[in-house]
Amino acid sequence: MTTSTAPPPSATADQPVRQRGDRIFSGLSRGAGVLILVVLAGVAAFLLIQAIPAFVAPTADLPNGQSLSAYIAPLVFGTLLSSIIALIIGTPLGVAVALFITHYAPRKLAQGLSYVVDLLAAVPSIIFGLWGANTLAPASLPLSNWLYEHLGWLPFFAGPVSATGRTMLVLGLTLAVMILPIITAVSREVFLQTPKLHEEAALALGATRWEMIRMAVLPFGRSGIISGAMLGLGRALGETMAVAIILSASGVVTFNLISSDNPSTIAGNIALQFPDSTGISVNVLIASGLVLFVITLLVNAIARWIVNRRREFSGAN
Amino acid sequence: MTLDTQKAERTPEAVPPVLAQRGELPRWAPWAILVATLVVVGGLLAITGFSIGLWLSASAVVYAIATYAVSRGVEGRRKATDRLVTIVVTVAFLLALVPLVSVITVVVENGLARFDVAFFTQSMRGVVGEGGGGYHAIMGTLIITALAAVMSIPVGLLAAVYLVEYGRGRLARAITFFVDVMTGIPSIVAGLFSFALFALFLGPSVRMGFMGSVALSVLMIPVVVRSTEEMLKIVPNELREAAYALGTPKWRTITKVVLRTAIAGITSGITLAIARVIGETAPLLVTVGLTTGLNLNPFSGRMATLPVFAFNSYAAPGVPREPFIDRAWTAALVLMIIVLVLNLVARLIARVFAPKTR
Repeated sequence: MTTSTAPPPSATADQPVRQRGDRIFSGLSRGAGVLILVVLAGVAAFLLIQAIPAFVAPTADLPNGQSLSAYIAPLVFGTLLSSIIALIIGTPLGVAVALFITHYAPRKLAQGLSYVVDLLAAVPSIIFGLWGANTLAPASLPLSNWLYEHLGWLPFFAGPVSATGRTMLVLGLTLAVMILPIITAVSREVFLQTPKLHEEAALALGATRWEMIRMAVLPFGRSGIISGAMLGLGRALGETMAVAIILSASGVVTFNLISSDNPSTIAGNIALQFPDSTGISVNVLIASGLVLFVITLLVNAIARWIVNRRREFSGAN
Repeated sequence: MTLDTQKAERTPEAVPPVLAQRGELPRWAPWAILVATLVVVGGLLAITGFSIGLWLSASAVVYAIATYAVSRGVEGRRKATDRLVTIVVTVAFLLALVPLVSVITVVVENGLARFDVAFFTQSMRGVVGEGGGGYHAIMGTLIITALAAVMSIPVGLLAAVYLVEYGRGRLARAITFFVDVMTGIPSIVAGLFSFALFALFLGPSVRMGFMGSVALSVLMIPVVVRSTEEMLKIVPNELREAAYALGTPKWRTITKVVLRTAIAGITSGITLAIARVIGETAPLLVTVGLTTGLNLNPFSGRMATLPVFAFNSYAAPGVPREPFIDRAWTAALVLMIIVLVLNLVARLIARVFAPKTR
């Protein structure tokens, strides 16, 4: 730089030089930040504007003559059910994979293994949908039959077993595979941050590797596991294409996971109905999308809040 | 603490003899148990009916139980539990690899049938049964994603610069929080937003590629912000201070020093963000729709995209079914190749162009 732009002696020493370029650049970057807030507000606002006709329309005008809540409630049920199955299967698996990568795998392999798990996250959801419908659904039939025969007294496996395998159970399994990488990634980050001194202290006291993990790693990483699970839940709630392809939905409300009558989910229902909808049906679908938006927003906000709280109060680093 | 006082009182001779006598399994023991399990379970299944999935899963369960029992007898409860957990965690990891391997093999197997020149050179215009291809869909995907990238990258980059270099106080905290929240927006909601926005001004039947780009931008911006932010944070402060000491204005410092140092990581992050949105189906389904012919203008009319093309061919095939299903799988294969190549490129960029630290 030329010395002609040097600050006058009166400028404070810790302030870098201010130029017109500075003001423009900082204004631009601040503008970009504000734009993001505007876009998020816009998402909520425009969804609301397009959903209002569905809220105010008389019941008779709505699809099937149902009230809006009667239309959306089974969808919310299906959304929650499929996501919770995914969470129940995906969380322990994801945490175990994260533990394997951070504490069990040979050091040299660990980096490569996390790439492999990240690859799983990169596969587009449409491909998981095709895979679930084409491969996992037929492969699940023996499992469904076994569950029906041996655990048929549980409402979840009451049957009759679907002949195609396009059931809630298969959807839950597919969603579990899809949220596994995100749970693994978040847990892995937290496990890696466990203070080395805690781990070594536990080992020095004669703890086995598992005792060390239970006493040092898991308590430290608990919030990471919870928030990873919540982020995974957020992803599963909003998953669209896997639902649209895999599930044979009939809109009933049932806990039966292996029959051919399944509740649909909000996102899956929108994807299937939207292209053929006109008029008030579109507004109804957008209203259901608004409900989904609010649910995922809450789940994600809680997850982020947990992560940030840990960051502030963790005295370890 | 009581624990410490107990320990202090205990003299070396007070170590329970049972601990001293505990043996240790030889190094080959777990492998021996594994081989024995595989053989025994395989033999039993050979009588009742063999399937490789059942064999492996049953072996895993039997192996875990057998190792626990043997180790408990020789080494005691604590080591046995440790070995059991090791097996469980390893099996969980192998289990997680199964879907990945399965997805890749299934897509490649089914997709190769139509992975030919025609698929990359022909559209679906006038095609009823066999033949045709996904040229129009490939072009549509590239155009829409490129437009989304053009909109998202500057915004995301500048927002990250604001957060790291300028942002203090409430606005920066709000942006950080809402960027995090925005990463969780379901893709279908982003699509509905874009539809709602354009439908308000252009009527509810409007469909065009640009609407899809807007929806993808909503999904892409937070990813770009997050990854760029991470990269800018690890640029050493000494570099900034050295530039200031030379009298460089702040904006020149950021553009010439900070961004230049972090460029490899930023590019890699942006590539990953593109890879993430290029496979999105749901938002394009509700905003862009599908056509059979080639449409290169993203500002007018429906466009075909690879994911929607794959979904539609699979979910609503014509008669006969097979050519449509084949094309769906090939579209999925092409999409997967694009995504994997982008991921690979991102890793390469991060590795090759990383600033030399030594």
